[in-house]
Amino acid sequence: MQSSYEIEQPRAAYKDYKILRWLTTVDHKEIGIMYLCMATLFFVVAGLFALLMRTQLAVANNHFLGPNIYNQVFTMHGVTMIFFVMVPALLGFQVYFIPMMIGANDTAYPRMNAFSFWITFFGGLLLYFSFAAGGAPNAGWFNYAPLNEYNYSDSPGIDYYCVGLLLAGTGTISTGVNLIVTILKYRAPGMSLKQVPLFVWMGLVNSFLIVAALPSLNAALSMLLLDRQLHAHFFNTASGGDALLWQHLFWLFGHPEVYILILPAFGIYSEVFQVFSGKRIYGYAFVAGSTVAIALLSFGVWVHHMFATGLGNTVNAFFGASSMLIGVPTGIKIFNWLGTMYGGSIRLTVSMLFAIAFLIEFTIGGLSGIAFSIIPIDWQVTDSYYVVAHLHYVFIGGSLFSVFSGLFYWFPKMSGRMLDEKLGKIFFWLMVLGFNMTFFVQHFLGLMGMPRRVYTYPDLPRFTLLNLVSSCGALLMGVAILVLFYNVYKTLKHGKPASNDPWDGFTLEWYSWALPGMKNFEEVPEVKSRRPFFDEKYPEKADWKNND
Amino acid sequence: MLVPWTQYLNSNHFYLLDYVFDSSSTQAEDINRLHVYFLFAAAFILFVVIGCTVLVLLKFRHRQGVDYQPKSLSQKWEILTIGVPMLLVIVFFVLTLKTMHRVLPEVNGRKPDVVITGHQFWWEANYPAQKVITANEIHLPAGRTILLKLLSADVIHDWWVPDFGNKMDLVSGKENYLWLNIKKPGVYHGACSEFCGAQHAGMQLTVIAEGEDDYEKWLTSHASLPAVITDTIAQIGEKLFTEKTCGNCHNISGTSNRGRDGPDLTHLASRKTLLTGLIENNKDNLGKWILKPQEIKPGAKMPDFKMDKQSADEIVAYLSSLK
Ligand code: HEC
Ligand SMILES: [Cu+2]
Ligand SMILES: [Cu+2]
Repeated sequence: MQSSYEIEQPRAAYKDYKILRWLTTVDHKEIGIMYLCMATLFFVVAGLFALLMRTQLAVANNHFLGPNIYNQVFTMHGVTMIFFVMVPALLGFQVYFIPMMIGANDTAYPRMNAFSFWITFFGGLLLYFSFAAGGAPNAGWFNYAPLNEYNYSDSPGIDYYCVGLLLAGTGTISTGVNLIVTILKYRAPGMSLKQVPLFVWMGLVNSFLIVAALPSLNAALSMLLLDRQLHAHFFNTASGGDALLWQHLFWLFGHPEVYILILPAFGIYSEVFQVFSGKRIYGYAFVAGSTVAIALLSFGVWVHHMFATGLGNTVNAFFGASSMLIGVPTGIKIFNWLGTMYGGSIRLTVSMLFAIAFLIEFTIGGLSGIAFSIIPIDWQVTDSYYVVAHLHYVFIGGSLFSVFSGLFYWFPKMSGRMLDEKLGKIFFWLMVLGFNMTFFVQHFLGLMGMPRRVYTYPDLPRFTLLNLVSSCGALLMGVAILVLFYNVYKTLKHGKPASNDPWDGFTLEWYSWALPGMKNFEEVPEVKSRRPFFDEKYPEKADWKNND
Repeated sequence: MLVPWTQYLNSNHFYLLDYVFDSSSTQAEDINRLHVYFLFAAAFILFVVIGCTVLVLLKFRHRQGVDYQPKSLSQKWEILTIGVPMLLVIVFFVLTLKTMHRVLPEVNGRKPDVVITGHQFWWEANYPAQKVITANEIHLPAGRTILLKLLSADVIHDWWVPDFGNKMDLVSGKENYLWLNIKKPGVYHGACSEFCGAQHAGMQLTVIAEGEDDYEKWLTSHASLPAVITDTIAQIGEKLFTEKTCGNCHNISGTSNRGRDGPDLTHLASRKTLLTGLIENNKDNLGKWILKPQEIKPGAKMPDFKMDKQSADEIVAYLSSLK
């Protein structure tokens, strides 16, 4: 279903750009692409780490990696995937498409935008420099005190962890500020805050979350750095510091961080479900409103990461209740998306396939998450492989699948070419199969008593069998990623040229040229509803005419 | 590498999830009952979501050339989808409160039966009433409710015996408590579950639950000193043990060795395993450990003494006479 609305393409693809151009650009689209490239680079590295881990864990009592290497590898896998893959990938899409969706030509602060990208990127490079400086961080991505102190971890890795994450955090916060101002001040004429596309709405809420949550991490990192470099005593229990203070500060950031990684994903899915069902979202107000509820609640649940630290039943009960509650607005969104598909005309593109897979994978991840809010069950399963399974179901089945979904959806707008749908479907099935193979069995491993973060495990009945299945699944995911890379490569070389509106989209980015230049729009149509471009294409069916 | 403790385990771990759902303590019984309720609720929700997705996909696929009229769902469904989860939340919250207080009631000044201290990467068990200290193989009485006090000597560790249900962290600078009523005697396996450094994986845990008589017998035997050494080689080993500064880290009651940074070795020979269950306790393995600790358990907090084979053998002769 091609739209009849075609605007001529102003100029050729990015390929005649020179390297200096990329280094100096302040264009939000180029910065968005650079974010995605950075995420890809780190994804390859952290993905290889994952394969190393699964190789080590394939059989019991393996000696492929010793504890020293393994502990660096699992730490770097987690830190990289969260701070230098998922955050930049989702920010990349936001920086690219939020201005376009609200009909703006750039973000509010283009130069700060470039600054944010580079400081995040340098943060990542600095973190990786630790390998050359005497050892990578090795105390896990949440780096608990007092293990993170100089008297227990004397390699410089954790200092690099602090500085690297401080830099990246600064970049992320300034992008948050930039996006807030952009969304509040640069919307197209007529577009009220109640009419912004859900991706933009999620981006707005998400940016507030970033601005509110990251300072807690930055404070903790600075305190740790003071402890390690100047022998302060914040977290050093040997000299009267408090081990749990670190956990409070970290999870006060860490739980909202989980939502920082999932709200933009919800935004992408919301757009994809609408367009490929050919329908408006079911319950816009609810989806938007519940997101605000989630954001607020997310600051009141952090102790669910600490139910086994002995804080007492009263504290635990409060945070158990809030954690169960936050599951409700999150869970109900699933039904909003199902309701969006209901009565529509569903096109099973690769983008849509990932969105549908997400519905089910995320339900599994959400349900296993609820298990942790039921405190006695948390006592049984926390810190075991059950957690590993749970968090990968939300991070991969939720966040990463949204990146794939968004990639297939927006690739035409970013490159002027269509990704190959056939290869995409092969990629999709390999990915879904590999993913479930890797992580579903880990629920059982956790229930059987396998703690997380172990470099090896004893040869108990069925431990090797399940771990081997998991490792094979990881390999399959690796193959899937290769198929994706080949697809991108092939498409960039000689993919099918895209029109400006290949999916019959609803929002303003599709109104722009097939491959937008420096400017996104000459002018934008008057915004009278949540689907301005739909109204423009189908004036007789326009939303603002039959308002219900 | 040998993993001997599996030989001593209860052999009833047959079905996939027996480890957790075996409920070898009354605490685990409470937790697992709640867990099973939850699994049913979760399975129901998952079934509904998958069912709806499949139905929607079958019914509303795009068909080439067919013009469709978008239909929308009544807003009434929204109320249902909030109502049912809220109801479930309330039910499970009430169950949570009940179970939580049963599993972890207030301590109210009761003295702990055993004090467990986590060290990088081993466990110390202290029985204050009987003045007994042991390590790694922790003997506990079955059939009555006991209170464990959990401490850490360095970083955070975590007590977890899956058959017994709940975990509890051993936090540096904090006192935590755990109630336990083990239902029947047996050997139970667990592991430290909070990442605690290089050998987190090598911090396994063995609990030997005994009937009241056996438990008392064990306590009295461990409250007394080991038999006097008569073997001449072992006597040389005893001297060497002190000379080589082993006593800075290890305690052997009745001698001048008073160290507390390593496991208590007073009754080492009565233990079935070494290094929290990594290897079997025999002369061969003891010798290997003393000669090359960093090869057997890389990252363990015991240095390599670059000892010659003969001295090691003599020390082994001494240590393996400490019944
Ligand atoms: C710096 C302190 C230190 C010194 C000195 C030291 N050890 Fe150890 N030793 C340890 C620690 C810590 C462990 C526990 C290792 C583990 O399981 O992680 C240990 C474990 C052992 C064990 C195994 C105990 C068990 O129940 O598993 C034996 C036997 C042992 N040491 C013997 C010796 C001998 C013999 C010497 C002297 C040659 C010695 N140690 C010197 C710290 C020390
Ligand atoms: Cu959380
Ligand atoms: Cu430990």
